Formats: sequence, structure tokens, C-alpha cells
Amino acid sequence: MSDASTPAASPVVEAAGVYKRFGSTQALRGIDLALRPGRCLGLVGRNGAGKSTLVSILSGIYPADAGELRMHGRLATVHQHSMVVPSLTVAENIFLGRQPQRSGPAGWRSLVDWRAMREQAAQVMADWGYPIDVRLPCSSLTVEQRQIVEIARALAAGARCLLLDEPTAALERDAIRRLFDRVKQLVANGVAVMYISHHLEEVFEICQDVAVIRDGEIVLATSTTEVTKEQLVSAMVGGGEPAEVTRVTLRSGPVDGPVDTPCLEVDHVYAASARGSLNDVSLTVRPGERVGVTGLLSAGPATLARVVAGAEGFAAGQVRLDGTPLAPGRPDLAMRAGVGYIPEDRQAEGFVSLLGVAENSTMTVTDWLAGKAGWLRPSTVGRAAEPLSRRLSVVSAGPRQPVGELSGGNQQKVTVARAIIRKPRLIVAITPTRGVDVASKSLLLTELAEVTAESGAGLLLATDELSDLAICDRVIVLVRGEVFTEFTSPPFDREAVIAATEGISRGAVQEDGRDPA
Amino acid sequence: MNRASERLAVSDPAIAAIMAGRSRSAAAVSWLREAALLPVIVVLIIVGTFVNSAFFAVSNFTGIGQQIAALGVTVVGESLILLIGGMDLSLEGTYGLAPMVAAWLIVPVTAFGSGARINPLLGIVVLLAVGACVGAINGLMIVKARLNGFIVTLGMTIVLAGLQLGIVGGNTLFNLPSEFTYLGAASIGVVPVSFLMAVLIFVVVGLFLRYHRIGRAIYAVGGNQEAARAAGIKVDRIRIGVYVAGSVLAALGGLMEAGRVSAVTGQQGYQEGIIFSVFAAAVIGGVSLKGGRGNMVGAASGVVLLGLVQNILDLSQVSNYWIEAVTGGVILVALVLARIVGGAAE
Repeated sequence: MSDASTPAASPVVEAAGVYKRFGSTQALRGIDLALRPGRCLGLVGRNGAGKSTLVSILSGIYPADAGELRMHGRLATVHQHSMVVPSLTVAENIFLGRQPQRSGPAGWRSLVDWRAMREQAAQVMADWGYPIDVRLPCSSLTVEQRQIVEIARALAAGARCLLLDEPTAALERDAIRRLFDRVKQLVANGVAVMYISHHLEEVFEICQDVAVIRDGEIVLATSTTEVTKEQLVSAMVGGGEPAEVTRVTLRSGPVDGPVDTPCLEVDHVYAASARGSLNDVSLTVRPGERVGVTGLLSAGPATLARVVAGAEGFAAGQVRLDGTPLAPGRPDLAMRAGVGYIPEDRQAEGFVSLLGVAENSTMTVTDWLAGKAGWLRPSTVGRAAEPLSRRLSVVSAGPRQPVGELSGGNQQKVTVARAIIRKPRLIVAITPTRGVDVASKSLLLTELAEVTAESGAGLLLATDELSDLAICDRVIVLVRGEVFTEFTSPPFDREAVIAATEGISRGAVQEDGRDPA
Repeated sequence: MNRASERLAVSDPAIAAIMAGRSRSAAAVSWLREAALLPVIVVLIIVGTFVNSAFFAVSNFTGIGQQIAALGVTVVGESLILLIGGMDLSLEGTYGLAPMVAAWLIVPVTAFGSGARINPLLGIVVLLAVGACVGAINGLMIVKARLNGFIVTLGMTIVLAGLQLGIVGGNTLFNLPSEFTYLGAASIGVVPVSFLMAVLIFVVVGLFLRYHRIGRAIYAVGGNQEAARAAGIKVDRIRIGVYVAGSVLAALGGLMEAGRVSAVTGQQGYQEGIIFSVFAAAVIGGVSLKGGRGNMVGAASGVVLLGLVQNILDLSQVSNYWIEAVTGGVILVALVLARIVGGAAE
């Protein structure tokens, strides 16, 4: 941390020359890192750069091969995926493994003191300004609330150092703001925080220091006031590549002339869903057109996309593809009718981790590849997958490498390949760049845009990441399951879109063509 | 901290090369895993030769082949169900009830039959139909009604065992016609027909799983059901189909067993606790209880291994009263060994 501005106190956690190897992969090559009280260090890097390995070593999940870890205080990690026990109550989760105890009659010792546990848990949550009934099971909490419970657990256990591993990945904007307020408050109270994120603007917002990890090494460590976003990106990407990697450039233009018959018509659709219900949603997508749908998580953009892809049913209304109605809740029929689906959660729905790259990429076209009696040659599968794997630059050891072994970005590329290999009339994508590194992100967006331009397929892109909307011709904003407003001329004004998702201002259609102020 | 950037950065092709090496070794490991039980089988054969001079003889090996055929066919059925991430305890019941119903319709009243005296070949059709029905009921309850597979098939086991005992009032059906016992009792030269049939089924199902799109869909469904659904695979149809196929194979296994012993008891399947051997063979052979992982080469070697253990214990001087305890213990040891050799966590 030589560049960091005058460290106020000695570090709580220090790593010196940490090395870690997995098989033939050298994951970490001499990491030096210090976390100091009252400072928030942002750790950024592309997928596969070694962030997760470093977090695992700092939290004691793996031992380091070489190097030294010095802990001068308790460290706790809040993982990307929630680590609360859903069936236990908030109070039990906060005191997991160290419940307040009392002795009972007849010499019984070490009984759980339920009342003390509830009272102390309620106190912890109240201190956080987060009054919540601690008797609720965690399964009934929102993602945000679970995360708060995790942080509360860490602090109640006396942690003086927090590792936050992509804590905002599953949060809405409001929740992110509240989380940031709390993290700032913690830092002000002298807690050391390490913040891991793909979102550089978040790092600039809450971190004082930032470190860039690339190929298992810290290649840049400085104060956030002394570095620009572009410098960070170029450090993440490494030499040679341009800094502006998030920019999406189209190599080919959209299809010629106006195509007026829509390929997708969503007609007064109503759907009840845990992901946000839809109330009378209508929209159309024309061939070759890229339509973004955005809104808060609970406003239903993901539900709309899932309804169109058949992953979820709907109660009333109609979804037509090229004029033909789609059966509700039948992903197989939707696929055969010409819908290519890129699901929201690739781990859960995007690929089969035990099966190979080629087999996953061609999973939607086995009926085309198989012979008369349904027999499939592995060589046919490999050949069919090869062009798309190359086009999407899937980095793998070969077509038979299980997709579970790939990095997040490459897994997502396989998921995208699976959706577009069937030459769909309409591509339905939900947050296709979530948790993907910067370079893969721009590649995925560019390819999605190009595929639609080349094939004349429509694109329905449900997302809450505003940078995804850069490839869209039109953006529809949902608020509480209804179409709130529509932006028809790119580039879209970031502020205006955010204001619309919050239901504050529709001010879009009127402002058409005007340069956003 | 800038010394870090002076070090050689690994370019993407280099990473790809490293990963390629890793995957080649991974492929070798997976091949090793498939053949992992071969040395154990060789050791068992050597042990058997020392235990009893009667072991290393053609007649003994054909006997083993005949004995493990019925188990093997049932193991194929269970493996299919395990591959889609399910489990079926009631294969044991089907293994007993299907031949019981068929035989009951075939044999005369004097041999405790129903008196219907149907054609033995029609009886075999009935036997397969009973298997298909049980599988369809299981599949519908588990897939469509979304009940838990463990409790559904446990309940089904009890129903089937009860029916099996109830239909003939606990009697044993005998006087089975030769058409009905052919599959389990006959031999071509010295090779039992049942053994040939079992080998054929292993080979066909193995090829089907590896090279047929439905076989590949079975792995996809077992590996990640939701991903398979999102890829347009008809998940429900495949799961129900596999439950049906598994039960039909168990019925066929029951037919082999009935032919081998020339009778159907009211407790066939249940009496020998066949379901434990079925699960043990599959798991020793590397079929994952969590679905999506396993193959027929492994399952077959699991069956051979169990058959050899059983045979060696039969030939050894272990007292009849103790033989079950020893068999169970040896199977548990085999599971531990398979876990160590196989590497991957079960």
C-alpha cells in the first residue's frame, strides 16, 4: 500500500507474499495486501484474476502455499451467495454456533438461552437501524435483509474486518444505497473493509483505496482519488488493450429499411410471480429490433422475459411469436417456435455443469444434429458447437471440458451459444452480463447486437444494468408490473432512465431527440 | 507494489494450454475411474481361487453369470433412475410382483395359479406391463404430483410386497412352463441365456446413454433439471419415461430370477433384500446418487464385483448364519474403497 495516503493505524489484516496453486494453475503469485481500520479497500479484477481465491485464503477456507497472513483482529466474510441458514430464525442466524447459554435444573449445562438470544439479536438489529422481527425465519427475508443479517452476524461476533464479496450483485438500487450508507458508517467507526465488485463506480463511491488484481498479482494499488476509471480498467485488462472496453461497437448495422410486422407481440399479459407480477403489459418487438426492458427487480422485467420464454406461465393475455400464440409455461414449445432464451441465473438454468462445452452449446439443437433414430455422434456435436465457441471466444481446454470448470464469463458465453445456435426469431435475455468481467461483458453485448442485426431476430433484453441498454434501440421501463414509459431514441439518458424506474418521471417520449442535459 | 507488473503476465493462449493439460489428465482420470474396479475384480478372482478349488472352474463362472444376470438387469434400471436424479426403492417389489402376477395367470390351480392358464408368452407381456404400470404410477406421483421419490417408492414397495404375498396367500408358484423359464434357466452351449441378455442390455443401454439424444438428455436432466428445461428438453416426459423403463427392467430381472429357481415365492426380491445389492452395485460402480454422473461400464463392474463376493462367501466356510453380516460388511468396505479410488465425493 505504498501509494495509500498516510495510513492512520496499523493493519487489522495483512497478507505478505501469498502464493496459491490449484493443480497446474497458479492462482496467486505473491499477493501483498493490508486492511486498515477505518478504510475501505476496493478489490477489482476480471473473472479468473484470483479475487475469489484471495477471499478464500483470507477467510481461511484454503491455506496459502507460501507467504504470511497476519490477523490482528477477527475477520468475517459476507459472500456473494447468501450463507444464512434459511430455515433458522434471524436471531439464530446472528448467533449461529455461539448462542447465549444458561444452565438448567438438575445440573444441565449449556442450554440455549432463547430469551437472551432474541433480546440481544433485536438489540444488534436495532443498533443497525434495521428493526426486524428476529423471530422470523430467514427464508421469509428479502435478499437485502439476509445480507444485513450476515453483516450483523459478522459484527456481533466481534469482527474488526469485513470482506464483502460482490454484495450488491442481487440488490436493487435503493438497497444498494442503504448498504453503502451502512458500510460508510462502519468504516467511520473504525472497521476495516475489503470490498469486491465488478462495478467500478461503486468502488469510487465507497472505497478510499483500490487494488487491481490480474493473473494472481496486485498490479495496481492506490487511493481512489488518484486514479481514474479508465486507468483501473486498463490495469484490469493488461497491456495492449484499449481502456474503453465497456464501449460497444457494432461491426454491422441494423437490418435495412423498416420492418413493420412484429416478431413478438405481448398482448395485455397478467402474471403473478415471486419475481414481480405483471399487470396488463403490452409490447412488441420487430425483427432486428433490440428492445430493453428495465425496472426495479420487483417491477417485473425478469418475469416478462420468463413469460415470453415459457419459463413461467401467465394468467391472462396473449404472447404471439410471428402471429402464433405461445402456450403459457412451455419452454420447449417456445424454443421450437423460435425463442432463444438466456436465463437470469446461469448456475441454476444456464448450463449443466458436468457436461461439456460442446454438448451444452448444442443442447437446444439435438433434434437437428441427431440421425433418424435419434443417435448423436460426439464429432457432429463438436463440429456444430465449434463456430459459435470461436465467435464468442469461449476459453476452454476443448469441447469436452465440463462447463462447471470454466470461469463465470465463459460459462455465460456457453449459455448464450446455447440460446442462439438454434437461429431464433427472438432472443430473450435476462441480465446477460451479470457477474461477468468487463471484457466478456462488452463481447457478449456486441455479439448479441450483431446476431440480431445479421439474422433479423428480435431481442428482448430484461436487465437492471443500465450499461446493457447501450445496445438497445428502445427501452421500456416497468414500474410495479406496468409499462411506465418508453425511451425511443438512443443514447438513453442514464439519469432519466433511473428516474423512470423509480416511477418519478416519465419524461422520455417528450424529450425525444433532445440531447440529455 | 509495482514490481508485480514487471513479472511475466500470462497470456490467454498460455492459460488455454495449461487448462488443456489439466483436462487431458482429467479425461485420463475419468477413464481410470471407469476401469477402477478391474484390479479389485482381479484380486477377488485370485482370492477365490485360494479359498476353494471349485472356484476357478467354467461351471462356477457360468453359475455366477446366471446369478448376477437378474441383479445386473435391475441395476441398469436403477442406474437410469439415479442418473436423472431420482431413486426407486420399489424396484424390489416389481422384481417380485411382476413374475408373480404373470406366473399366477399361467400355472394351473394345482400349482397355486389362478386357473386362467394364459399363454406363457402372453404372460411375459403381462409381466412387462406390470412393470410399466408400476413405473408409470411412481413417475406420475413423483413428477406430476411432485411427491418425494424416497417416500413414494418406499410406500410402493410395501404395497407391491403385500400384493405379491396376498395374491397367492403366501404360497410358492411352481410348475412354470419352459417358455417362461427359458430366459432364466436355459443356456446356449455353456453360456446362460440370462447372462447374454444382461450383457446385451448393458451394451445397448450404455450406447444409448452415450450416443442417443434422449440418453444425453437423461444426463442433462440429472445434472441440472432447470437448465435442461430452459434448453427446451421435455424434462417431465423424460423423467416419467425413465421410471417406466427402470421398472420394466426390474420386471425382466424378476423373470430371470424366477426362471433360474423355477418358481416364484411370495417373497422373491424382498427375501434376498435385492434393493440393497442394487444400490450397492450402482454406487460401487460410480453412479452418483445425486444424478447426472455414472455410466454402464461402472455399473456392470459393480455388479460383477458383488457377484464374485457373494460366490466366494458361498464357497468359503463361512457359516450360513453369519453370511449376511459378512456380505453386508464386505459391501460397505467396497463402498469405501470405491470412494477412495474414484476420488470424487459421492
